[in-house]
Amino acid sequence: MARIDLNHIRHAYGANPKSDKDYALREVHHSFEDGGAYALLGPSGCGKTTLLNIISGLLHASHGQLLFDGKDVTRLSTQERNIAQVFQFPVIYDTMTVYDNLAFPLRNRGVPEADVDRKVRETLDMIDLASWARRKARGLTADQKQKISLGRGLVRSDVNAILFDEPLTVIDPHMKWVLRSQLKQLHRRFGYTMIYVTHDQTEALTFADKVVVMYDGEIVQIGTPAELFERPKHTFVGYFIGSPGMNVMPVAVEGKRAKLGEQVIDLPGAPKAEGNGIELGIRPEYVRLGAKGMPVTIRKVEDIGRHKVVRASLEGREIAAILGEDDHVPADPHVTFDPAGINLYDKSWRVEMGA
Amino acid sequence: MEKTWNNKAWFMVLPVLVLVAFSAVIPLMTVVNYSVQDTFGGNQFFWAGAEWFEEMLHSDRFWAAMGRNLIFSAIILAIQIPLGIFIALNMPRKGWGVPVCLVLMALPLLIPWNVVGTIWQVFGRIDIGLLGYTLHALGFDYNYVNDPFDAWVTVIIMDVWHWTSLVVLLCYAGLVSIPDAFYQAAKIDGASRWAVFRYIQLPKMQRVLLIAVLLRFMDSFMIYTEPFVVTGGGPGNSTTFLSIDLVKMAVGQFDLGPAAAMSIIYFLIVLLLSWVFYTVMTNYDVEK
Repeated sequence: MARIDLNHIRHAYGANPKSDKDYALREVHHSFEDGGAYALLGPSGCGKTTLLNIISGLLHASHGQLLFDGKDVTRLSTQERNIAQVFQFPVIYDTMTVYDNLAFPLRNRGVPEADVDRKVRETLDMIDLASWARRKARGLTADQKQKISLGRGLVRSDVNAILFDEPLTVIDPHMKWVLRSQLKQLHRRFGYTMIYVTHDQTEALTFADKVVVMYDGEIVQIGTPAELFERPKHTFVGYFIGSPGMNVMPVAVEGKRAKLGEQVIDLPGAPKAEGNGIELGIRPEYVRLGAKGMPVTIRKVEDIGRHKVVRASLEGREIAAILGEDDHVPADPHVTFDPAGINLYDKSWRVEMGA
Repeated sequence: MEKTWNNKAWFMVLPVLVLVAFSAVIPLMTVVNYSVQDTFGGNQFFWAGAEWFEEMLHSDRFWAAMGRNLIFSAIILAIQIPLGIFIALNMPRKGWGVPVCLVLMALPLLIPWNVVGTIWQVFGRIDIGLLGYTLHALGFDYNYVNDPFDAWVTVIIMDVWHWTSLVVLLCYAGLVSIPDAFYQAAKIDGASRWAVFRYIQLPKMQRVLLIAVLLRFMDSFMIYTEPFVVTGGGPGNSTTFLSIDLVKMAVGQFDLGPAAAMSIIYFLIVLLLSWVFYTVMTNYDVEK
């Protein structure tokens, strides 16, 4: 296992990148700690797979440096980097048995057959496929195939990291759960450095200790699931994480107050930003519906089981609020914002509020 | 669930049945009819039973043609399949080279058989043909009209030139359907170029290769036009394949009975060998 440092990595697929637009990865400067479980979360096309392929060496970054445990691996090939990667669609060698599939990476590296056998048996136990060892791999289900893809990484005990590129895309919902918890277990038991790419927030939040949110070729925030939820650093994180996403509305700030049209909202502190482009973000979970506060018109109430999502209009803007399953929508609805959930953004980036 | 029986569905297949009846079944039955009768002309037929079949199966001429045909097909497959795979592996996967290569590959397939024959007939002639003349000028004793070996080489090269493209195109279709992730995973697993071919590319090409082998076998086993145009079955009988012999017998000598018997035996052999190829290749790695 290794610590992975990305040193000002930039990547463009075209030959002569001129502006920022030509870069699939604008600039990534970040470290993945040894033994950490990370999720790379972002919408399609945000550069997360590009970043993953740069780490595994399937791509070589156009700029920047990549270090494994302080050693420069920027120019090394995939094989020399000793990385395991699990792809979106399970990759198995059809004509081989399950056993031979797992033995393949070791045999390719000239490992003596006795060691191959020991490692393969260990791995088969780890991924719960011991009874399938002699079967041809082609007849297996998608989740078993995906386990074999993973197993081919696990079988090499010295891999620097295990990378996952949306590995549960083709797996049935109920198996997704099982596989995800097995992954977590493997991580706890063996302390692999794991980087997991996904566009599914549930997957990211349940898998990872630290979630790296990417947007438009950049990392916009790195944090624990709670941090991403409570303090989104960028309005994108606010929208992208949470269901429904954060309410964001333009406001005019005066000291410790924010003006939204006719309404005045008390802020927990004075933000260190002024002028245009200031927005207030509040998650639906922190919007309180009651008889007092700012008047709203209810547009729609969606009952989604555990709670209700109230879609309302505040000063002509859409706003969502979460209402308990047994709570009722008041006859003359007003909303207040819980100060704990208020975040302010200047040109989409979060600003701190002073006392 | 209860099945509904409705025999009206048979009417749906009627047009196909009629078409197949006139294009295949009735002509085939005519041949079967000829094969068990004898005629001295004048539309008078006599029952001959299995006589013609016995005669055919004891005929040296038939077995010699059969042997030539089998050797020819074996050589054709041994050259075209590996060569086709090799070319397909080396064709570009993207960029402007793809359409160029595809068009180049498709060209020989678009030329009618007799034209291919004529092209090579002229090409190999030692008096005016580019190939024949050049070889002669360089001091090679090449002459497909006199030398059986040269005739064989010419016919084989012609067939390779004409049909390898088909194998290439089929293999290429199989290769481009392999997702990139397989190659990436192979890199991560440290697979050699050979291992990538053996465990990824070859298994993914297996289905199209089966079709390629079947098509090339059947076509080469039934080859007629090209050698007929180039060598006319000669020199001597050296390039007289089954179909050429059959036409000689049926049209040239008007021996309808033996020719019909031969057709049926010929047909059964093609069917049998195709079945063997199919079974072997589809059962190659079925779970034991």
